[in-house]
Amino acid sequence: MRIAVLIKQVPATDKVRMDEKTGTMVRSEMEAELNPLDMYAVEEAVRIKERMKDAHVTAITMGPPAASDAIKDAISIGCDDGYLLTDRRFAGADTWATAYTLSMAIKKLGGFDLIFCGERATDGETGQVGPSVGAQMGIPVLTYVSEISELTGDHIRVKRAIEGGHETVEVDLPALVSVVKEINEPRLPNLSGKLKAKSAIVSNLDAAGMEADQSKIGLGGSPTRVVKVFYPKITRNGKIVRSKDPHTAAKALIEFLKSKEII
Amino acid sequence: MSGVWTLAELREGQISPVSYELLAWGRSLADSLEVELSSIALGSKIHDVNSLFDHGADIVYKVDDDRIEHFLPDVYSNVITKLAKAYHPQIIIASATTYGRTIMPILSTKLNTGLTADCTKLEIENGTLLQTRPAIGGNVMATIRTQTTPQMATVRPRSKKPISYDKSQRKIVIPKIEDELFKSAYRWMKFEKDESIDSPIQESDIVVSGGRGMKDENHFEMLYELAKKFNGTVGASRTAVDMGWIPYSHQVGLSGKTVNPRLYMAFGISGAIQHIAGMSSSEVVVAVNTDPDAPIFNVADFGIIGDATEILPELLKALGDENG
Ligand SMILES: Cc1cc2nc3c(=O)[nH]c(=O)nc-3n(C[C@H](O)[C@H](O)[C@H](O)COP(=O)(O)OP(=O)(O)OC[C@H]3O[C@@H](n4cnc5c(N)ncnc54)[C@H](O)[C@@H]3O)c2cc1C
Ligand SMILES: Nc1ncnc2c1ncn2[C@@H]1O[C@H](COP(=O)(O)O)[C@@H](O)[C@H]1O
Repeated sequence: MRIAVLIKQVPATDKVRMDEKTGTMVRSEMEAELNPLDMYAVEEAVRIKERMKDAHVTAITMGPPAASDAIKDAISIGCDDGYLLTDRRFAGADTWATAYTLSMAIKKLGGFDLIFCGERATDGETGQVGPSVGAQMGIPVLTYVSEISELTGDHIRVKRAIEGGHETVEVDLPALVSVVKEINEPRLPNLSGKLKAKSAIVSNLDAAGMEADQSKIGLGGSPTRVVKVFYPKITRNGKIVRSKDPHTAAKALIEFLKSKEII
Repeated sequence: MSGVWTLAELREGQISPVSYELLAWGRSLADSLEVELSSIALGSKIHDVNSLFDHGADIVYKVDDDRIEHFLPDVYSNVITKLAKAYHPQIIIASATTYGRTIMPILSTKLNTGLTADCTKLEIENGTLLQTRPAIGGNVMATIRTQTTPQMATVRPRSKKPISYDKSQRKIVIPKIEDELFKSAYRWMKFEKDESIDSPIQESDIVVSGGRGMKDENHFEMLYELAKKFNGTVGASRTAVDMGWIPYSHQVGLSGKTVNPRLYMAFGISGAIQHIAGMSSSEVVVAVNTDPDAPIFNVADFGIIGDATEILPELLKALGDENG
């Protein structure tokens, strides 16, 4: 079984700078890490590999050259190898163009039985890339997966965490699965994993290498444009009181709720 | 162009309230563009289509078929794609629920158009849609224009109140869908209700949340009791979830759920930026924390510096007295 995990490198701090002109994030000069929600996708793929002897797990990311660190992180916790999709022409891609690029790379790499991704990236926070990759590939998309109940060489049955409960659905492979945090507890890399990652060679793939249509990649291929960026102030300047005793505090709270017509 | 479309959401044939909120968003867009507002309802044994008209729709496109009783992403997206190609909506909006967040990216790929997630503001400028959304935990707001049509966006549940509308044409369109389009790769098996949560936390009017300051799982019982009195639900910080005091489905924040209830109460939550990201758009925020410098107070309308585990019993008692 061939498994791919789509991972993204995101800014590690909340100090993020935006380029006001292009409306895209300034990625250099910031500390970056593997998107925390993608760890669950990597972990799930690695667990399958541990159960199924013939499984092979490939991590794939699109990003600047430094994003190869994310691939190394994924290898350190058990992925077999990884590809970095990098090309100046990929820059500024929105979710549509990102999904197109990822799907072209997946096709180039010969297709996979299962493609994992995270629920969303903590920077863009759209959660659109995964389902969009599935749609580009024309394969079933299983979102919000909280448990894989059954997996064989030809089908997968999952539980999806949806409003108010869990839904069980099944599809034939290949399929794209986006996972939620509930699904597992990601491991930390062990020493041998770290050593393996250190010596791992991350293969690069550019636009020409994956035979991508130049008009569908990067900023130029993106149907959306950021027209303005601003930094909101979220301070509310509310009334803060010190509790004299719990009873008085509770009364004050009730008075406040009444003044807002909540009770 | 056939105006503005909203994707209605159904559960077991019942139109869910987010569909009406969406119509409130759609109505203001349709009015500024002077076009019709349509609602797309897909499901089986759909009840009360008229309620969509009462809340803002001029037209309802209805596909009522046993084969789509459950959400099948391929069939739903094929049917809506077919409708969109036939009727050319200028704008399609959906709720940022698990349904909307799944169907919209698939649709936007099939329709070769852009999509903006989780918008907090939608406006028309020079006949085109401007979409404003938070990113990076609410630290940055971006206004986005889609250069292709339809222009597609999702909005957060509870971000607008439903309206009542009495100028509807009440036109129901029942499109003809070929059998071919109902073929699905999905085998739907079952739905199990989560017993620990009465209504999805994102749809709740009142969310009562606890963090590490609640000290242990037992103290959380008071939050359930309080939520019950308010007809609300219980939320939590990541720390409380990590401690195993409450399941992950209750986590509010960057790596949990985004809520925007009428009232958000934070008991023993410090207000880390990742937590605030999930609740800052709540209408009224109340915080109880022993630390006067806790950042949660910056986003609170009313704050009490005090011990949550001592104030909660008093609060429950006082509310009990109020109700007789
Ligand atoms: C990538 C990433 C994603 C994250 N996603 C989320 C997320 O989705 N949601 C989330 O919540 N967090 C998230 N976090 C974690 C976040 O940074 C904080 O660690 C977390 O929110 C803290 O939870 P807390 O407020 O319960 O605990 P603490 O920060 O430990 O705060 C406890 C608070 O309780 C107060 N207190 C103590 N005792 C009492 C008492 N008796 N009565 C009243 N107050 C008391 C203390 O003064 C303190 O302010 C994320 C972090 C990262 C790095
Ligand atoms: N540049 C990228 N490279 C690889 N995978 C990505 C990229 N962007 C997003 N993804 C995947 O898509 C998921 C959702 O991302 P997003 O739509 O940006 O919130 C992430 O959790 C990743 O699994």
